[in-house]
Amino acid sequence: MRNMWRLTHFISVGCLILGGCTVKDAGPDASRNSSAGSAGKLTGRVMIDGSSTVFPISQAVAEEFQKQHSGVKVVVGTSGTGGGFKKFVVGETDINDASRPIKQKEIDACKENGIEYLELKIAIDGLSVIVNPQNDWCECLTVAQLNTIWKPNSEVINWSDVNPKWPQEKIRLYGPDTDSGTFDYFTEAICGEEGASRSDYTPSADDNVLVRGVAGDRYSLGYFGYAYYVENKDKLKIVGVASGTDSTSCVQPTDETIEAGNYVPLSRPLLLYVNKASLKKPEVATYLEYYLEQGQALVSEVGYVRLSQSLVAETRQTLEDALGGSDTMRGE
Amino acid sequence: MSNLDRVFESRLAARHRRGRVFASVCMASTWFAVGVLVVLLIGVVWQSAGWLNWGFLTNFDSRHPEQAGVLAGLWGSLWLVLYTTLFSVPTGIGAALYLEEYSRDTWLRRLIQVNLSNLAGVPSIVYGILGLTVFVRMFGLFGSQPKVVEVSLIFVNLQIPLPLGRTVIAAALTLSLLILPVVIVAAQEALRAVPASIRHASYALGATQWQTIRNQVLPAALPGILTGVILAISRAIGETAPLVMIGALTYVAFTPGDISSPADVFTNPHGIVEAPFDTFTALPIQIFNWVSRPKTEYQHVAAAGIVVLLAVLLVTNAAAIFLRHRFQKRIRW
Repeated sequence: MRNMWRLTHFISVGCLILGGCTVKDAGPDASRNSSAGSAGKLTGRVMIDGSSTVFPISQAVAEEFQKQHSGVKVVVGTSGTGGGFKKFVVGETDINDASRPIKQKEIDACKENGIEYLELKIAIDGLSVIVNPQNDWCECLTVAQLNTIWKPNSEVINWSDVNPKWPQEKIRLYGPDTDSGTFDYFTEAICGEEGASRSDYTPSADDNVLVRGVAGDRYSLGYFGYAYYVENKDKLKIVGVASGTDSTSCVQPTDETIEAGNYVPLSRPLLLYVNKASLKKPEVATYLEYYLEQGQALVSEVGYVRLSQSLVAETRQTLEDALGGSDTMRGE
Repeated sequence: MSNLDRVFESRLAARHRRGRVFASVCMASTWFAVGVLVVLLIGVVWQSAGWLNWGFLTNFDSRHPEQAGVLAGLWGSLWLVLYTTLFSVPTGIGAALYLEEYSRDTWLRRLIQVNLSNLAGVPSIVYGILGLTVFVRMFGLFGSQPKVVEVSLIFVNLQIPLPLGRTVIAAALTLSLLILPVVIVAAQEALRAVPASIRHASYALGATQWQTIRNQVLPAALPGILTGVILAISRAIGETAPLVMIGALTYVAFTPGDISSPADVFTNPHGIVEAPFDTFTALPIQIFNWVSRPKTEYQHVAAAGIVVLLAVLLVTNAAAIFLRHRFQKRIRW
């Protein structure tokens, strides 16, 4: 070993004298950090960024994955779905976590930069409408009622404005801020247009702030991701949501109703967007395969709802098809 | 007793009372600041009790709150502080010396001076945007094909990615820009506080300007300069917004250059040169992330993280104060 060291020193010094420095390409498909290794051990790096809603799943999968493949370094950022796409479309990341489907202008940016992507469904989130546990009048809200509460320039001030039988107390609203994918999805589903929302509510990028706000105020109403309700069940009361105007068809979000697709329209898929060039790197391909197999058990552990068997199979097929097309570099 | 004396006597008590009122207002301000700090400290330490243990310092982040640790953030922050200090302190002191000792009082100097004072008040997120463009992406000059410059040093091949990407070095350069105005302005104040008579005496003895600055002005100003440096570095350690902006990552299960204990410096000497070009996370980012997790146990993890951050701050400050004290002792006029 010692001699090897010395040898490297000599070579290095030689390089310094002869060569000085060299400039190499290190594009996403150049294998600077990735190789299958001589002993079949995976090495390299998987760069993930995007939604903070998907973060807990990606982190859990990365944690378990790195226990098995200690040579691979998986890093996860939380720039938000949109912020993550800004890095994804210029090829800075391998995978983007998304809590909403990709937007047209992001698709255009991908095309412009010559980036092809793969969309993988990995879990479902049920946006939960939440009230205070002391709220004993509101069990169910229809989409029409939610729309009157949340639409832009809404005239709802008191609970009684939604339903005359309810108390004449000021309704205090809590919701995610406008940067959030949750906000985009909710406004689309309830108000019919992305970003259309009344603005006189308490917004926060931190869902725990919303949890605390609703938990401490009897006349409050809020919405956020299902995982935050699951972790704070004792402090919150969940409201069923009925699609349309018929309040008898109310559905409460539970693991079963969300998985079965009965909790509409507030169930949303959580997605991964993968740079197809990165799929050629064996560590990225192996990570994604792990995500869809062992990783599915971790989805419910961190508070989200697993995909139904058929949906998992579908996603797996999408991945396999894409891998089949670019399977040249993978070491088994 | 004359009339004048009587007027004096009658007002004396009121004047003393006014003095005492002012003194107690000053004291109340002091205790208010200290009180808030104490409440904050007790709150954080109370929340972190039982969570701050050896495992917390030696584990990476985890989805299990009881296994979550701060190792990646701690080393990330240490590397950041090291390089930020290396970049900002020499540059800052150099700039201050030029502005105070060498440059003439021209409109250009005045323009620079006004801009420095303004820059010291620019919100940190603005520096984040600047750092993202200049260091992380390098104006997109390299397009979608990043390059790697390999420099062969005696020990190792140094691989410098271009553009720098989300590396320790890009973040340290951004933080250096952020604190440079503070360092420069503080160093200027310290240099200005050195009596002109010292310089004159030095010149009178035949010393050149360089010798005067080197032997008289700089040593005399150093304690004041270090005070400014301490404040600036403390700010850099706690800064989150620019790091989030340049895309420091949240979940990282390795340390820069794979150096995770002082012993690794010897077993893995490559790591020292590789670390600045590695991706990283930092203490404030990890704390920020823990606070917003759904599981309530993470609030305790975040509190433990805050205690570690405070400890790092205290240690770096103590080191700087120790240095300042040593330099102060040398000055005998």
